[in-house]
Amino acid sequence: MKRRDFLKLGAAAALAGCASAERRAKARVMVIGAGFGGATAAKYVAMWDPGIEVVLLERGTQFISCPISNLVLGGNRTMQDITRGYEGLRKHGVQIINAEAVAVDGAKRSVTLGDGRTLAYDRLVLSPGVDFLFNEVQGYQGAEPRVLHAWKAGPQTVELRRQLEAMPDGGVYLLSVPTAPYRCPPGPYERACQVAHYFKRAKPRSKVLVLDANPDVTSKGPLFKRAWEDLYKEIIEYRANSKVVAVDASGMSVRTDFDTVKADVLNVVPPQRAADIALRAGVITTNNRWCDVDWRTMESKAVKGIHVLGDATLSASGMPKSGHMANAHAKLCAAALVELLNGREPDATPLINNTCYSFVSDKEAMHVASVHQYDPAQHTLLPVKGAGGVSAARSELEGGYAWSWARNIWADMLA
Amino acid sequence: MNVRLLAAALALAAGGAQAQESAARSLAATCAACHGTDGRSVTQEVPSLAGLPRDYIVAQMRAFRDGTRAASIMPQLAKGYSDAQVEALAEYFARRPR
Repeated sequence: MKRRDFLKLGAAAALAGCASAERRAKARVMVIGAGFGGATAAKYVAMWDPGIEVVLLERGTQFISCPISNLVLGGNRTMQDITRGYEGLRKHGVQIINAEAVAVDGAKRSVTLGDGRTLAYDRLVLSPGVDFLFNEVQGYQGAEPRVLHAWKAGPQTVELRRQLEAMPDGGVYLLSVPTAPYRCPPGPYERACQVAHYFKRAKPRSKVLVLDANPDVTSKGPLFKRAWEDLYKEIIEYRANSKVVAVDASGMSVRTDFDTVKADVLNVVPPQRAADIALRAGVITTNNRWCDVDWRTMESKAVKGIHVLGDATLSASGMPKSGHMANAHAKLCAAALVELLNGREPDATPLINNTCYSFVSDKEAMHVASVHQYDPAQHTLLPVKGAGGVSAARSELEGGYAWSWARNIWADMLA
Repeated sequence: MNVRLLAAALALAAGGAQAQESAARSLAATCAACHGTDGRSVTQEVPSLAGLPRDYIVAQMRAFRDGTRAASIMPQLAKGYSDAQVEALAEYFARRPR
């Protein structure tokens, strides 16, 4: 038997065996969730240290990108455009298990899968994304699929597009924005633009009504308001301080603290928290919602050996819940894991950056960018003063950059 | 210097070089979301950085920072990196095959 075959057999036996009985030659990093954070972390650990065994758990069979999915709602991109396979990760040596993680035992360092198998890890990377707090919007339970969020790209994206196409000209599309922090700060305002762009061409008497729980547009405010004024003046109506507290699917209306609003398409984005598996792993630390981490390693402040990435984290100052940020968290974490598992000290002063593009039409986009440097005195990542900012104006040039960003970051995490 | 001390000093120096290399790799990785893994872009719109001369990358980053090269986003990002950080990532990209 060749040595490599022996190692393969060993890995298979270890994967199948019970946690306590395992004897592994290689350190094992297990990753839960193959989105912007998890897929990137798995690839970079495997790429930077082939001596570490990387096992990636993902319940889906394909990656569907939330960034760019608003363009599918606007009819400017297809689901195929935003869908990628996971096969590229195998070339880096990542073992992919298509299963759901249902429990994490941080003390025993093991993960239980939906089929009952238990797998051991040396370090766990948890990149679970968000789950929705439907209970905070009265009547939401059972209101789907008439009322949709489409805040995770997939079947709801397809269904919301179908509802928009079926809506008669002269109808009202209502989009409600939850109180920040939520996934993708500029996302709702980009979505309003995309739907308005579609209405302008296909059903020009229709309206987009944005009910925002926040006191103002939470990202790129002046740029979005300028686009609404210039491009969609007769279509988009924006109301600040309008938190949706109840939905009525049969009456097709929502209720705020002040009034009841009827619409033909109800797109209610609920408040969010770190996804269920984070709750079960015991890593939610703050407001029953988010996971506080050590920003030098992304290690949970609640459970040793578990590193949390992406939207699930308690964001540091000026840090958005974005796909780009999750990709950055993942590389910071991968670098730290490679050092830690080789008995070395992780980088004491890491640096990461963020870039979020938003499309305001089929061709024009604008950005917000920031750079975040670890500050040893304050024990956190802080935005670098004088760096970062937003576009001077929306442009087709940045539309090209935005689509390029999507293709490069998808390749950076998956290829 | 006795042998044990020398060995310890060598190990420390090797550790320092390793740490520097890891830090440079991590800094370069902050460019990858837009410029591709290891600086190899998969699009026409955004240039690859792999294999560009070190001094060229350093000069461009300084030009973005100083405002002598105009662009949409790079001036804002370049201002977030120190001279030492720019030199480290430039050296890393210069050694990548195109």
